[in-house]
This record gives sequence, C-alpha cells and structure tokens, in this order.
Amino acid sequence: MTLGQIALRALIAGFIMSLVVITGFAYTTLLERRLLARLQARIGPNRAGYIPLPRKGKRERRLLGGIMQPAADAVKLFFKEDATPAMVDRVVYNLAPMLTVIPAILILAVIPWAGPILGYEEYFAIAPGIDVGILFILAITSIGVYGVVLAGWGSNSKYAILGGIRASAQMISYELSLALVILAPVMLAGSMNLNDIVVAQEGGWYVLFLPVAAIVFIIGVFAELQRAPFDLLEAEQELSSGYNVEYGGMRFGMFFMAEYMKMISFSAIAAVLFFGGYRGPFVDQFPALGLLYMFIKIVIGLIIMIWVRASLPRLRYDQLMGFGWKVLLPIAVLNFLITAVIIVLASEGIIAFPI
Amino acid sequence: MNAFHDLTLDKVRATFPDAIADVVDFRGERTVIIETDSLIPVITLLRDDAELRYNFLEDIVADDYYEAFPRFAVNYHLYSLDNKVRIRVRVLVDDPDEGPQSLHPMWKIASWLELEVWDLMGIRFQNHPGLRRLFLPEDWQGHPLRKDYPLGYEEVQFSFNYEEIDARKPYAQD
Amino acid sequence: MTVMTPGNDAVQEWTVEELRAKYGSGMEIASEENLLLSMGPQHPSTHGVLRLLVELEGETIVNAAPDIGFLHTGIEKNMESKTFTKALVMTDRMDYLSPMSNNLGYVLAVEKLLGVEATPRAQTIRVILTELARISSHLVWLGTHALDLAAMSVFLYCFREREYLLDVFEMVAGQRMMVSYFRPGGLWRDVPEEFEPAVRQFLDFFPAKIADYEALLKNNPIWLQRTKDVGVVSAEDAISLGMTGASLRGSGVDWDIRKATPYCGYENYDFDVPLRTEGDVYARYRCRMEEFHQSLRIIEQALDKLPGGPVNIDDRKIVPPPRSELGRSMEAVIHHFKLWTEGFNAPEGYVYQAIESPRGEFACYLRGDGGPKPARVHFRTPSYVNLASIVPLSQGSFVADLVAVIGSVDIVLGEIDR
Repeated sequence: MTLGQIALRALIAGFIMSLVVITGFAYTTLLERRLLARLQARIGPNRAGYIPLPRKGKRERRLLGGIMQPAADAVKLFFKEDATPAMVDRVVYNLAPMLTVIPAILILAVIPWAGPILGYEEYFAIAPGIDVGILFILAITSIGVYGVVLAGWGSNSKYAILGGIRASAQMISYELSLALVILAPVMLAGSMNLNDIVVAQEGGWYVLFLPVAAIVFIIGVFAELQRAPFDLLEAEQELSSGYNVEYGGMRFGMFFMAEYMKMISFSAIAAVLFFGGYRGPFVDQFPALGLLYMFIKIVIGLIIMIWVRASLPRLRYDQLMGFGWKVLLPIAVLNFLITAVIIVLASEGIIAFPI
Repeated sequence: MNAFHDLTLDKVRATFPDAIADVVDFRGERTVIIETDSLIPVITLLRDDAELRYNFLEDIVADDYYEAFPRFAVNYHLYSLDNKVRIRVRVLVDDPDEGPQSLHPMWKIASWLELEVWDLMGIRFQNHPGLRRLFLPEDWQGHPLRKDYPLGYEEVQFSFNYEEIDARKPYAQD
Repeated sequence: MTVMTPGNDAVQEWTVEELRAKYGSGMEIASEENLLLSMGPQHPSTHGVLRLLVELEGETIVNAAPDIGFLHTGIEKNMESKTFTKALVMTDRMDYLSPMSNNLGYVLAVEKLLGVEATPRAQTIRVILTELARISSHLVWLGTHALDLAAMSVFLYCFREREYLLDVFEMVAGQRMMVSYFRPGGLWRDVPEEFEPAVRQFLDFFPAKIADYEALLKNNPIWLQRTKDVGVVSAEDAISLGMTGASLRGSGVDWDIRKATPYCGYENYDFDVPLRTEGDVYARYRCRMEEFHQSLRIIEQALDKLPGGPVNIDDRKIVPPPRSELGRSMEAVIHHFKLWTEGFNAPEGYVYQAIESPRGEFACYLRGDGGPKPARVHFRTPSYVNLASIVPLSQGSFVADLVAVIGSVDIVLGEIDR
C-alpha cells in the first residue's frame, strides 16, 4: 500500500473506532449505573427508551428499559446552558476539558482489537505500525492529567484547585510504578509492540507468569483512572466533586467522557498486557472472533471497576501517596528485577522456564 | 435530695459560709442558689473536691423572670460521673451586661454553651473569649428568648400598599 | 431597627461591618498565606446546613470554626406560647432522625414537673420505641458516615432497613418521622395488634443485616486506615468538651444515662454499655455498632414482659378522655374541651430531665409558672454540644479526616439550631 492509502485507512478506522468507543462510553455509564444500582439494592435508570410489548389483559411488558438513558443524558448535557463563571481564566478553563478528552481518544490508536481482519496484514488497529505502543500509551496518558490540573487551576475555585493538586500528586505517585510493571510483559515478549505482546501470550496469559505485576498494574490503573478507591480528586464528600465543580453542560460531560473512555481503553490495555488480548479459542481460524474476545475482556474489566467502586471506601490523600511510594513502587521494582533475572537465567539455559 | 446532696451542701457551707443564698428542692432535684461573686470558687470546689467530683458540665441554661428582680437566672447543671449525681448551681443576674464569670478556664465546652446563652438571652459572661452571634445573623438586634422580646410579624404586602409597607422594612432604611 | 423595649441598654447598635470586624466567625487566622475554605452550608458531608470555615495549610487543617444557625427555628421560644401538650409537636422537629427520643425527653420533663408517672405499659412501650428510634438513627449515622468515606453501598443498605422501622412508627403513630406519639401522662393511644409481630420480625432479621454491614466495613483495610487514630480525643478532653453518648464512651468513659440515672424503668433491663478506650473514629464506630445489639436485647426483653393495662394515667386533668367517653359523659366533654383549649396547669418550679438519646445526653430544662404554658423550655441537645468537639478533634489532620470526624460525632443540624 502507498502512504496515502495507509493514511486514509487509518483515518477511516480511527473515525469508526472512535465512534464505537464513544458509544461504548455512553453505554459504560449505563452499565455502571445499572450495575451499581443492583449492587446497592436499587433499580437504576429503567425508563428511557423501553420497547413496549402489549399483552392481553395485563400491563404491557417493557423490554430494555433504560437503553436510551445515555442518549437522554447526552441531549440534556448538550442543551444545558454553557455558563462560564465570571472569575475563571477563560483560555485555561476552555482548554482543560479538551486536553482531558483528546488523550483519552488518542490512546485508542495503538490498541490491537483483533488479528488480521479487514485487509490488515498483521493485526487490526487504527495505527498498526507503531512499534513503541507502550511508550505511546504512557506518554499520552500523562498528558491527560494536565487537563485535570488545568481545570482546577483555571476554575479559580478553592475546591477545584485542591482537586487539581491532588491529581498531580496522584499522577506522580502512580505513573512510575505503572510504567515499571508494564516493563515486565515487555521484557517477556521482547517487544514494545502491543500486538507482539498479544502474540507472545499464545503459550499462556502473562497474568499466570506475572501475577504480581498484573495486580500492581490493576491497582495502578485504578489510580490512573481516578476510580474508587482512588477517586480523591473528585472526592464528592470532601471537595464536592473537586476539579470539575465549576464546569457545566457538555464541558462537564467531556470530563466524564474522558474518564469512561479511559476506563474502556485501560481495560483493553490490561487485556492486551496480561490477559491474552484478542486471543482465545478458534481465533486463528476465525480472526474476527478476536473482536468478540476483546469485547468480553473489556466488559469484565469494566464490571470489576464498578464492583470495586460499590464496595470500597476512599483512601486518604497521604495514604494514597504512601501506598504508591512505599508499597507499590518497591513491589514494582522488585518485580522488574526478579523478572529480568529469571529471563536472563532462562535464556542462558540455567533454569527451565516456559517462555 | 439524697444524702450526697446534703454532703455537697455541707462541704460548700463549710468552705464558703456566705456563698449560698438559698437552696431549693423540687421533684428530687437540688438547686443551690449562690452569690454571683462566688461562682468560680464554688464550682471549682464542686469540681475538684475528691469526694464530690462534679466533673461534668452538662448545660448552662438562662432563665428570664421578667419583671421580677433580679431578672435573670443562670443555671449550671453539674454532674458527677463517679457518684452519678446531678446538682444545679444557680446564680441570679440583674444586669445582663454584668453576667457571671465565664467558666471556660474550667471546661472547654463552657464558652460554647455560654455563646448560646448570650445569643438568645443576652447575658454577657465576664471574661468570655469571644462573644458573638451564633444562631442569629450578625446584625440581629435583641435577644429573642427574653420575655419582653416583641413577637413580631411580617406585614402582608398587597398591590395597593406594597410601596408603603416596603418603605417601612428594615432594609429600606439603610 | 427598634426591636428592643426602651430603657434596655444591653443591646447596642452595630452595623454589619462593625460586627464582622468585632466578632466575625470567632476564628483566629494563623497565617495570611493559608487557604480559607468555606465548607457548607451546602456541602455533601456536613450533614445538613452546617458551615465550617476551615483554614488549610496545604490539606492540613490549622483551624476551623463552625458556623450554625441556618436552620434556627426558635423552637424554644415557640414552645413558650403553646400549652404543654401542643408544644410537644415541636420537639419532633429538633432531632428529626430520632423524634421518639425527643418526645420522651420532653414528656418525662413535663411528667416530672407535674409529679406523675406513666403506667407500666406505657413505660415499656416507650422503651421499645425509643430503642427502635435509636436503631433507626444509628442506621442513618452508619450510612452517612460510610458515605462520607465513600463506601456508598452501606448507605443504601442502611436506608433499606430504616424504612422498615419507619413503617413501624407509622403503624403506631400514623407518621413516619414526626411522630408526637408520647404524650404527657402516657401515649397518644395504645399500639395496634400488629405492632408486636412487626417488631419481632425485625428482631429476627436485623442481626443478619448488622453482620452484612460489619462484613463491609469492620475489617476493611481502607476503612481501618481511614478511621483508626483519626480524631483522637482523650477521656479528660472528652469530659471537658462535654461530649456525651457513644462519642464519650468511645474514649472510655462509662456513662450511659440509662444505667446511671435510669428512667422509664431501664433499671429492669439487662444490657451492656459498649466501651472503647482508643477515642478515635473507629472506637466511636465500634461503640455505635455494638449499641445495635444492645438495643435489640432491650427490645426483646421489653416485648417479652410487655404488661397489659392502660397506657394513660387515670387523671382526666392531664390526659384527655378517650373518644368513646365523649358521646355519653358530659364530664368527659368538659375535660376534653378544657384540655384542648386551655391545657393543664403545671406547678411553679423547674426541672431538668436527661435521657440517653442516640447521640448522647438529651435533656430538657422546663420551668412552669403555674399556668398551662411552659415559662421556659430549654433543650440540652447532644449534637449542639458535640459539635464543639469537631474543631479540636480535626485540628492538624486532613480535610478528608474532617469529614470522618463530623460523621463520627454524629450531629443532626435540626437539633443544633433548634
């Protein structure tokens, strides 16, 4: 293919995948609200967009109630008055939501969604050729936190700035251990290309070889995503929702969009790094099955995130920092060292290790 | 009015013979009415005496006997956690601007309880660390729990006399 | 503005600016560089309309000052213009999470002033209902306290069980929250037949629910981290701060009014007073959780020995006649008319009646002047006194701990502002 064809293909695939994930984001909110409600002995949104099935002599059956709730929410957010508080720094204030949401979309570029389908030679991703996919993800997600910090700064509100400060502190405490544990699968696969990592897991998921790394990674992802129990920067009870307290309408919606899209993409990354990515039974014969496996793994990841949110209280600011620096970082470093040593020993043939 | 109440009275009488103005027993509760000047020494004695140990300040209540003299009464409800006995120490106040001494050096809570009394009854405790409005707005006039506080009402404004009544409202005079 | 009677020099004329400069919030600001944060009155975790002015250095609390009065309704003043019976309805509105306790405190004070005592059946029913109110109030406390620390599921589980109790209250009083069920001289009317089975059913299923809450929180490492060694108060400080109830018992001071100076026949029940010595948020949490079990014990004993007989004392000068008599007795009509128009006269004198409400010592100071209306009513409300302890308990800790401390001392703003 020529360069132009590749660019066109990436553009089309990127457009379609972004749309899919944005729809997915909307339905993640629905999933979260319904599931959280079930876990908490509530019902959740069950009205918008039901399909009425008339029954004789009885009340009609209502199928799929709540299925249009995300659409209703989006419409509500779009039609809300877009009020800008008087004392804000307008440039920063307007920039912050975009700076949050754009990295969340950019991460999607490198995630391998399936094997060779739709005319892709090796694997199906928006930008299949990127060999430093891991670095790309780490670099892009770090930008995302600027959105939160700038939102706190630009809002000119005390609660927002406290949330912003917490965001930056949380970022530096977790990015490091997150990056260190990601190195373990990278070393094991011998590549930074996400597809190579998936293919390398043919013999077994990395979660079996690297359980500690997987756990640290999942904890790090919770912190990275600012999900409970690490949702300090939007601590409803302390900061009355923190950095986004001055935002309304779709600008507020964009923060949420970023959060939920990151939930999806990090579920995908976790699946890729530790849970075999798009691989599964019969995926070699029918590569399109990869999409289904990816979907299932992402949904399971989302459900775990929601489940944790329903069960756990929130950590305190200093405890979170202490946990990041004193617990996770040493574990990540040790894990990195031990993995490296074992890999070297195995490649020298001193110990037998199925890699 | 058990033996412990009598013991309390005896101890106070023995130490401060002139402090007790009156003793009232009603429904099993003993009230010791003392002179305003001897409030701090008497309460210190009640709190610190090894036998009495009235170490818990439950409440400070001000009462208004309007038209009587002295007009105000301030009740201190003390409780002995060890002996499970309650006693009421009462001082009579005639000039609310010269109220009793604040008890805040003895109990941390005292200044907080006195704030409520000041806000609603207007008895100015001596040496209080900072009397201020608590429940009522800072610019509120008067102390509503007093018996002579006028029970006001809001005049109903109709279209024909809206302006007239509006002009009488407090905010119009600023 | 002329609101004071002439000749009274106690009140001076102040402008708002002068007052602010003079009194302000009563808080000293340590440093100009610190952040002054106004928490509330609209804030998710100040449990109502409490406003806290917090001085922060980073996220560490240097000083805080509570600002109250947003819910001030002048209940004490209002009651002075109502008869003793009619004033009762105002007590429900103070601690709206356990109106039964407020009713009881006031009613016992009135009965003490009158020198009467309720019948054994009325007393036992009062015990059952106040203990149920204690459970229902503790459920709200547990739910909101957990919600403040972001354990949001517990909140909804607690409200599910509380709903059952509110149904029981509705069954006996016709009202879910503002019950006004205890009256001077007895009760509004006897409990219905369904009351006992309903309470028995609650006794059956509730222990399992407590186990559920415990499973979510008791040994949860994050919960322990957030509550242990947070908001520590020593026994001496707790006494000096006037803390009562579980907040005091969490610091190791064994004082429960039900045991110390029993009322309503509490001396006849076998129950323990949970005590902890740590004095931190976790200790207060454990104390209240243990009180669930103790309340259940008391209710069970009370139900077992619920005596028969009338629920109101046989004194037509205090208790209005039953409706059945109105149709055939002229005397009953006269009593009814007199009681509901004029009320009963109480003797001159003042009494102070303390009870153990879910939050601590709830006491009523009541003065009668020989007439049918109270000359002075004052409520010593546990929330108001315990509120003062929030500042020393939270100084030097983080904003997030402030939320935990507010939750652990269990305040209700309706009771603080009155």
